This record gives sequence, structure tokens and C-alpha cells, in this order.
Amino acid sequence: MADDRFSGNPLRDPNDRRLPRIAGPCVLVMFGVTGDLARKKLMPAVYDLANRGLLPPGFGLVGFARREWADEDFASRVHEAVREYARTPFREEVWRQLSEGIRFVQGNLDEESSYAELAATIDELDQLRGTNGNHAFYLSIPPGLFETVIQNLNRSGLSATDRGGWRRVVIEKPFGHDLSSAKELNQVLSTAFPSKSVFRIDHYLGKETVQNLLALRFANEMFEPVWNNHYVDHVQITMAEDIGVGGRASYYDGIGAARDVIQNHLLQLLALTAMDEPISFDATNLRREKQKVLSAVLPPKRPDLHTARGRYAAGWTGGRHVVGYVEEEGFKATSTTETFAALRVDIDSRRWAGVPFYLRAGKRLPRRVTEIALGFRKAPHLPFTATDTLDLGRNALVMRIQPDEGVTLRFGAKVPGSQMEIRDVNMDFGYGDSFTESSPEAYERLLLDVLLGDPPLFPQQEEVELGWQILDPVLDYWASLKSPPEDYESGTWGPASAHEMIARDGRAWRRP
Amino acid sequence: MIITLTHTDTSEIANALLKARSRLGSASGLVLTLIVSAEQRSFAKAYAAAQTAAREHPCRLVLVVKTSGKTDRLDAEIHLAEDVPGEVIVLRLSGEVREHSDSVVLPMLLPDSPVVMWWPANAPDAPGDDVLGQLADRRITDAASSADPIKALEVRAMHHSAGDTDLTWTRLTLWRALLTAALDQYPMRVLSATVVGPRNNAPADLMAAWLESRLKVTVSRKPSSGPGITSVLLETPGGDIVIAREDGKTASYAIPGQPRRTVALKRRDINELLTEELRRLDADDVYAAALATLLTRDGRTMPKPEPVRKRKEAGAIAAARVAKTGARAGSRKAARVAEALSRQEPPLPASHSHPHEPHTHGHVANAPAADSSPVVENAPASEKAS
Repeated sequence: MADDRFSGNPLRDPNDRRLPRIAGPCVLVMFGVTGDLARKKLMPAVYDLANRGLLPPGFGLVGFARREWADEDFASRVHEAVREYARTPFREEVWRQLSEGIRFVQGNLDEESSYAELAATIDELDQLRGTNGNHAFYLSIPPGLFETVIQNLNRSGLSATDRGGWRRVVIEKPFGHDLSSAKELNQVLSTAFPSKSVFRIDHYLGKETVQNLLALRFANEMFEPVWNNHYVDHVQITMAEDIGVGGRASYYDGIGAARDVIQNHLLQLLALTAMDEPISFDATNLRREKQKVLSAVLPPKRPDLHTARGRYAAGWTGGRHVVGYVEEEGFKATSTTETFAALRVDIDSRRWAGVPFYLRAGKRLPRRVTEIALGFRKAPHLPFTATDTLDLGRNALVMRIQPDEGVTLRFGAKVPGSQMEIRDVNMDFGYGDSFTESSPEAYERLLLDVLLGDPPLFPQQEEVELGWQILDPVLDYWASLKSPPEDYESGTWGPASAHEMIARDGRAWRRP
Repeated sequence: MIITLTHTDTSEIANALLKARSRLGSASGLVLTLIVSAEQRSFAKAYAAAQTAAREHPCRLVLVVKTSGKTDRLDAEIHLAEDVPGEVIVLRLSGEVREHSDSVVLPMLLPDSPVVMWWPANAPDAPGDDVLGQLADRRITDAASSADPIKALEVRAMHHSAGDTDLTWTRLTLWRALLTAALDQYPMRVLSATVVGPRNNAPADLMAAWLESRLKVTVSRKPSSGPGITSVLLETPGGDIVIAREDGKTASYAIPGQPRRTVALKRRDINELLTEELRRLDADDVYAAALATLLTRDGRTMPKPEPVRKRKEAGAIAAARVAKTGARAGSRKAARVAEALSRQEPPLPASHSHPHEPHTHGHVANAPAADSSPVVENAPASEKAS
């Protein structure tokens, strides 16, 4: 029999690039199926994958929640979510294929018997759908419950791989709230799953544009030569939201903009922007470069001068009057949670020494936008009179992550007329103009990568810890102030202290 | 917005296009030019399919329509919409202009980006030798549009040049992906294979050819009443791998030792096929290998080699194209081709296995390889010899 096996599938050819990567047969177990994320993102993504022919014929989806649902109730819930939120058109035959493998287990996250029932359901699917004992657990639940679930998975033998197949666990941010809690979380995870089986989802990294950032930097010759402190004056990474906490002040309390966004998304974007070229784009090499640059990041030396925090006050945004953070439901009078955070970090490397990286994230800012902007130095000599170049700013290369993904190049051009007058203009590349309007959702890509076991887009524990090492001193400093953050009017670009912070260095925030 | 120009020429069209663009204020992020050779009666269908494809691949769509008019004239329509990316130029050619369609299309190509040519129906036997086909890096035909699809596919196979594809091949992608995944899961040596589908079904024949070229085993073809391929069976020492689809929508999927499962396997419409086609703009070697096997397998005989006269013609055409389109700056391959052409070296036999250079197929670089002339294969060899 051994002779009949082959090494390397004869139907596969590296030149045959039409053939998509189809995940192997497996069961995806979702905890927290009643949540928004599961309904709006995960379930539609599963369907879209199936519709694109990327899910294996043997695929099972198991929902786990407290609700008293039968398999059919859960299936109809998924059906609704797919109908409403899926990106690709609804097709009955795809749904039939998917629905054959849908199961629901009613239970409590902390009850051992529920896990026994879950194990029985998964076993049944293994038999019926030929899923080969491959199981992924998606924890779409508050981080406080991770420990309970992981321990129970471990106790009930669900995380054990002694009977063959693979086990993977998927968790969402936040990965802890400081360095020590991140380590604790990792401790818990590693009791049941080896580190290569833990997939930390940062959905930003699944976005096409973030991957395009790697293409822009490393597939082209024209950008890399200027990608250093000889030409770049400073870098601004912004993630702005126009919404507030939406009545969930109690949930947001103690988290804040820095923990919520800067620790993971913005530092990941920083790493991808600042890292050196990896030897290859496999997970190990990519991660190595990211870790290298993150470990060279210096936290602000003078947090009083190089950080700013704010809290939105009532105001008008987008033509609507909105309440301030302190008036949000569930707000605690003692809260010092910030809704806006900005900080300056430096990178201690030959490439970046002397180039500050300004990071800012906030809620209730004028518009929703995420971008990375490289501000270039001014030309050392301008052969024009000073009045000619009055309107000339810095050249800038802006990578727009969302919305309207693309790249903008900003440079000076002559204003038509007999006068020599130079003004900034934009050259735009819109990702959506040149490629598809139906590019896959970030979750689609990430979910498929989990099922394929392909980890390059997932941050690992080391990166998470490095992130906290950078942020912890800032958070400690803010905690030591024992005062609430400075108010800023809703619908403006953050508190005055943020503008003062960057003005101290002789620069100004870009208006994204 | 539709702009109609009658009795026009290409510079007028270009001007109108530029004006319209600045009025709409949209930035041009177009990635390719898609030339469609449409006939008056198939026009609407081709237009709709190309528009759908343009959604995923914003392009300049050039529809070339040859009318039955006797006077020499060129009429054009420019379609621009705010909700659709890309732009559409419909060119109606009458009288003698019909014979010089390349002179009309050439100025309409987007600078420095790939060109794809699509014949929804009535494709020439040798797309690579076609006067418009030569302008393109990729040529897409559809054997299913002809009265005898299998014959049509064989003719394509005989005249295949790198960059050609037929939608018959595209129709197989989902099947092929499933079969490949099946062997991933059940990595057993395949002893033989069977493809079942209607007698005149070109995809079924091509599937058999692909399996034979990959697996190097006997692949038999069995008839059924369709629709399309109804099943593919791979015989292994441990049992059969069977993917069967009776209704053209849902397939059953069986692997030895595992429960039978169903999987959606829809027959895709032309829009989806075209969209997949535009995703890759380089030559498809796997398809070329399958085509070569198609001609030799199952009692079919190898066709006679093409007459030498034809090759010379092709060489001349390629030379003309290089001259016309202008070698792209920095295209060393193009320079080599031009050099080889000027030396007028005797052609070597054409080969379908072109060197695996990592995606350097540019415009002109692809052009000579595109017709069945051996110029490209020949050029580097002669360079080495000298």
C-alpha cells in the first residue's frame, strides 16, 4: 500500500495558478454566535468562502451558546446573516452544501457537561462529514471568558490531538490590557494549544491594502531608496473613527484608545511600514522582521511632552448633535479612560534614527479614516523665490487603509499662468479604481488562512508583548496623573494638547 | 454619458474621451485594455459580459463591430458612467476600414498596460495570427460558440500560441480544483480515470486531456446526456474517487473511506468566466500541455506540421507588430526579437514550452510568442550561439 502513495499531488502544478487553495475538511466551532461580529462578519465570510469554492466539501460549522436553539434555529440564524451581509450573491445550492454541516450546541461556557455535548456533536460531524478530526475554535467572546473556555476545552479533551487531525484556536483583540496580563493570557492558551495553533486575529492585517503595503514597498524599486531618514522627515499613522462609544461606556471603561487601537493595529502598521525587507514572505521571516523593528521602538522618553490624551465632549459632528463621553450611558465618574490618544515614538535603527513616528487614534473625530503618511524632508535648496513656494508643503506619500483604499502622492506643481507659483497637488491611486469592487473581506481571508493553517498575517505572542512594552510606560504615566483626560469637542481633530505635542517638534498633523 | 461620433477618426475619439473624463472628474485607474470583436447581433450580450468583467478589472473596453456598410467610414460611441469603472469605446467599421481594424484599435490602447482580446463568437482559427489578436497579450476564444465545439478546440490546439486560452478551459477550473483537493486528501496513485459527459462536449474532452497529461494514465471518455460533464472518476488502489454532477448545480463528492458529501459546483455564466480569465495576464502552460495531449490522445493523430510558408508570414506579421506598437522602453526581449528578425534567420520548430521567466511577459515581448512563429524561441538561442 505504501507504494501507492505519492509524494506531491500530480494534479498540482506551481504554474497552474488558476487553481484556488481549498481548505482541507474541518469543523469550525464558534463561541459567541449571538454577537454582532459573528452575525455581521464571520457567518457571511463562511458563506462567501463556500460560494467562491474555497471551503472543502466536508465542512462543519458548530455554534455554541446559551440560547435554547435546535440545529435548524441556528441554521436559520446563519441564513439570515448570510442573506443580509454576505458579499457574494445568495445561491441555494451553496447554502444547501453549507447547511448540511451546521450544528448547534446549547450550553454554558462554564459547564463541563456542555463541552461533553460539544465533543459528541463534533464527533458526529467527523463521522458524517469526513472532517478528519480537524477542528478550529473561534472564541468570539469577551476576553475575560477565554480562560474558562480554554480550560474546559482542555479538560474535555477537545484540544488534544492524540487522535490525529489539527486543533486551532482563534482569538480576537484585546490580547490582554498590559504586559503582565498578556503574558497570563498566553499562559492560559499554551496549556491547551501550542503557539503555532493560536491565531490572533487583527482584522486590519487581513485587509487588502495592508498587504498591498508590502507589495508597494518590496515589489517596487522606486520607493525603497527614499524609505529612510535621508528623505523621510517623519511618519504619521492615524486611525480616526467618527462614532463614539455608543452607550457602551461601561464596556469601554478601562480600555481606551491606546489599548484598543494603538497597541495592536497602529503598532502593526508601524511595523509593516518601518521594517526591513524580509528574506521571504513566509510567516517566520515576516514575523522576524516585524519583531526586529518593534524591539527597536523606543517608548516616549518624556511622556509629558510626547503623548497626549483626550476625551470627547458634546458637540456637533456631521450635522448631528452628540453627547460627550461623560454623558454616555454607563459612564463612571471616576473614569480616566481616554477616547483619543496620540504619542510619538522613535525607532533606534540606522534606517530610522531621527525620524519620529506619530501615532494617533480617536473616537468622534470628523471622519472615519485610517492612513499612514510619510512626510518627506523639504528640498535642501529651492531655486525659486520665497514667494513662489509659499504654498508648497512637504512631499508626502500616503497609504490610505480605509475607506477609499489607495495611495496618494503629494508634490508641488506649477499653478498655470505667467507667474511662477508652486502649489501642492495630489496624485491618486485608488485601489478600488484599478481592481475590484468585490475584493474579499478581511475576515474571509483570515478565516481561510486559519483553516489552511497559514499564519503570516497573524501576530504572535512576541509581537503582542513588544507592543505592550512600548505602551506600558505611557499607560503608567497617564495613570499616575490621576486626572481625567483633556476634553475635545466632538467632530474635531482631537484635544489641543495633541496639536501642541507635535508643534513642539516643529510639525503639524496632517488633515487626513 | 454616451458620446456619439460619426464619420470620425481616432484622434477625434481620443479628444472626446479626454474631455469627457475631465468633466466626470474621475481618475483613470484602468489596468488593461479589453478588445472585443463583436458582431451586430451578438453585440448586446458581449457588451453586458464585458461590462461585468470590467467591474472586477476596470478597463478600457474597445468593442470592434464590423458593419455591412459599403462606404469607408468609422463611427464611434464613447460610454462613460459614474457608477461603472472604466470606459467603453464602440467602434463601427464600414467599407474598407474593416480590413484595417488594427489601425483603428492601436491608437486606442492604454499606454503600457496589458491588452486582452476576446472573441465571443467566430474566432479565427489561429488567434495569434489575427490582425487584432496580434495587438494582444492574451487572446480569449470560446469553442462553445461554434457549431462543432470539439472541432473548434482541436483547431485552436493546432494553432495554439502562448497567451491563447479558450473558455472551455476556464469552465473546468472548479472541477479541477475539486479533483486536486481530492488527491490532496487522499494521496494515492491513480491507476486510470474516466470522464463522463455528452459526446460533443468540449470541456469533457479537455478534462480527459488534462488528466492524461498530468497523471500519465489512460483516461477514457464515456457518454452521458449532460448537462456538461456529469462525472469524473479516478481509480486508485484503495477505491474510486468520484465527483458526480447530474443537475449542473450540485455535485456529490466521494473519496474512499469517507462519507459521500455534496458540494456546490455550478456551471458558471460567461461573465464569471471572463472575469476569471482577466485575473491572469500571462500564458497558461498547464492549458498548453493539456491541449497538446488533446491532439495526441485517444486515437487522434498528430496534425501535420504547418507549412513553412505560413511561418514566414507569421514572422513578418510579428515584425510588423514590433514596428507598429513600438518596442517598449527597456524591453530587452523585444529588442532581441527585432534583432533576430532583421537577421532573417531560418525558423526552428515552434515549441509550446516557453521558458519560465518569472512574469516578464510584456507587450511586445509576448507578441512574437503569440503567433505560432518560432521567433522568440529562436532569438535567445541564436544569441547564445553567436
